[in-house]
Amino acid sequence: MSLLRVTGVSKAFGGLRAVHRVSFDLAEGEMLGLIGPNGAGKTTLFHLVSGFLRPDEGTVTYAGESLVGLRPHDVCQRGMVRTFQIARPFLRLTVLENVVVGALERVAHRREAVAIAEEMLELTGLAGRAGSMGHSLTLPDRKRLELARALATGPRVLLLDEVMAGLNPTETGRLIALVRAIHGRGVTILLIEHVMKAVMALSQRVLVLNYGEVIAKGSPEEVVRDPKVIEAYLGEDFAGAEVGAE
Amino acid sequence: MLRLGLLAAAGAVLVFLPFWVPSTWQNLLITTFYYAYLGQAWNILGGYAGQLSLGHAAFFAIGAYTSAVLASQYAISPWLGMFAGAALAALLSLGIGYLGFRFGLRGFYFILLTLAAAEICRLIALHLPLLGGYTGLFINFTPNPWQFQFQGKIPYYFIALGFLAAGSGIVWLLQRSKLGAYLVAIREDEDASEALGVDTFRYKMIAYALSAALTALGGTFYAYYQYYLQPNTVLHINHSVDIMIRPIVGGAGTILGPVLGSFLLELLGEFSRTYFAGGMAGLSVAIYGVLLVIVVLFLPRGVYPTLAHLMRRRRPGRAT
Repeated sequence: MSLLRVTGVSKAFGGLRAVHRVSFDLAEGEMLGLIGPNGAGKTTLFHLVSGFLRPDEGTVTYAGESLVGLRPHDVCQRGMVRTFQIARPFLRLTVLENVVVGALERVAHRREAVAIAEEMLELTGLAGRAGSMGHSLTLPDRKRLELARALATGPRVLLLDEVMAGLNPTETGRLIALVRAIHGRGVTILLIEHVMKAVMALSQRVLVLNYGEVIAKGSPEEVVRDPKVIEAYLGEDFAGAEVGAE
Repeated sequence: MLRLGLLAAAGAVLVFLPFWVPSTWQNLLITTFYYAYLGQAWNILGGYAGQLSLGHAAFFAIGAYTSAVLASQYAISPWLGMFAGAALAALLSLGIGYLGFRFGLRGFYFILLTLAAAEICRLIALHLPLLGGYTGLFINFTPNPWQFQFQGKIPYYFIALGFLAAGSGIVWLLQRSKLGAYLVAIREDEDASEALGVDTFRYKMIAYALSAALTALGGTFYAYYQYYLQPNTVLHINHSVDIMIRPIVGGAGTILGPVLGSFLLELLGEFSRTYFAGGMAGLSVAIYGVLLVIVVLFLPRGVYPTLAHLMRRRRPGRAT
C-alpha cells in the first residue's frame, strides 16, 4: 500500500519541460532516493508534491487523498513536510524558537511546543545550541536545524532536498546516521541527493531523473550499473570505481 | 522579581506624574503615550509580522470619524462607537489584505498598496459632506465623560496611559502565543513558514485586522482630544509616517520599541521646537529630521535592540 502516489505529473515553465509525466509510489516506511544531474527536475518535483507548485497535469495522492491544489501548509498539516536545498533557518530567532514554530503545527500551546522542540534538538544533536541565533549556525548545524524543524511538525513523510550538500565526509557520515535514526522512528523518507555515498547507504530504492523524465528505477545496486544512468549522471569513472570496489 | 519591581515603580510614578507637571508637559506625555499606543498597534503588523504598512492613517481616521459621526448623528456614545470604528477598520484591512496577500504582494509593493488605499480614503473623506469635507468635522464640547469629553487634561492622560497599557498587554500576550510565533516566522521567511504548516495568508490577515482595529480605537481618542478632524491632517501620508516612525526608531518587533521610540521622538521634537523655533522658519523641523536620520543611521535595528545588546555585553554572566 503506497502512502504517496505520483501519477503522470508534468510541469513546464514556458517552453521548458521541467518535469514530464513522472510517476512513482512511495510505500509507508520506505526510504526512496531521487537522483539525477543538475536541472533534471528533482527540486521541481518536490515543489509539485509539497504544494509549492501546481502540476500542469497528473495527480498526487497522499494517503488516498489528492493533494493537487492544496497549499504547502495544508500538505504539512496532513503529515508530509519538506526541507529546503539551501537551508532556510529563521535567522533572527533562536534555534529553539525555530523548532518551536514547527512544533506548533501539532500543539496549540507554547509550553508543549517547547517540550517537543527540545526533544527534537536532542535527537538532532543541536541541544547545545538551543539559545544560539539562527544566523550564527554553521552549515552542518543549519542542515540539522532544517531536519529538527521539519521533524517537530510530526511528519509521516519527510521530503529531504539535498541535506548532505556542502558537507565534508565526516559530517556526511554523521548526517547519514541521523537520517537513519529518523527513518528508524517510522518516518517515510524521500530524499534528493547528489552525494552518492549517502544515496547508496540510505535508499532502499532509487529513482533517476534526467531532463524531467524518469530514466531508471530500482535498487541502488541496479541503478548504478544501468548504462543510461551512467551516461546521464554518474559517468564512466564512477561505474568502474563502484564495480571495482565490490 | 527585579522586572516586576521596576514595573511597579514606573507605574507609581506614572500615576502621580500628571499632578506634578505643568499643563504643557501633560500634553507632551499624553501625545507620547498615545503615539506609543499607535506604534504598538502598527508593530503587530509591521514589526512582528514584517508587513510594512504606510497606510495606517486610514484605519486611524475610520476610528475617529466613525465614533464622531455616530455620536453627533445617532447619539451613540463614543465609548461604544469606537468599537464600531474598530470593526470597520478591520473590515477595510481585510479587503486590502485580501488583495495584497492573495496576489502575493511583498515588500515595496505591499507598502505601495497600503499607501494607495489610505490616499483613496483621504480623497473620499474630502468629498463626503457627512465628514465635513475640506472644512473638516468639528465636535461640540460638552464636558460629559459618557461622551468621551472631559474637563482638563488629566482624564485624557489616564485614558492615554490606559490605552498604552492595554495595547502593550496585547502585544505581551501575542509574544507568548502561537499567533505571535507564527507572525515572527512569517517575517523571517514566508516560504519556510508555509512548509512548516503555517497558513501564512490567514495569519497575515489576522495580524492586519488586529493592527487596524487597535489603530482605529486610537483614532477615537484623537477625535475627542482634539475635537476637530480634517482629512488632510488625519488621513495624510505624514500621519501614517508619524504612526510607523516611532516603533521603527525604537525597535520594530519588540514590545518596548514603540514606547521608547515615542518618548525619544517626543523629546526630540520638543527639544528642537524649544531651542530652534522662532528663528528661521522650519529650522526646528530640519533639526528634528537631522536627528532622526542620525538615529536611523547609527541604530539601524532601533534603539531598544541596540541598548539590549549593549546591556548583555556589559553583563556577560546573564545571557537571555
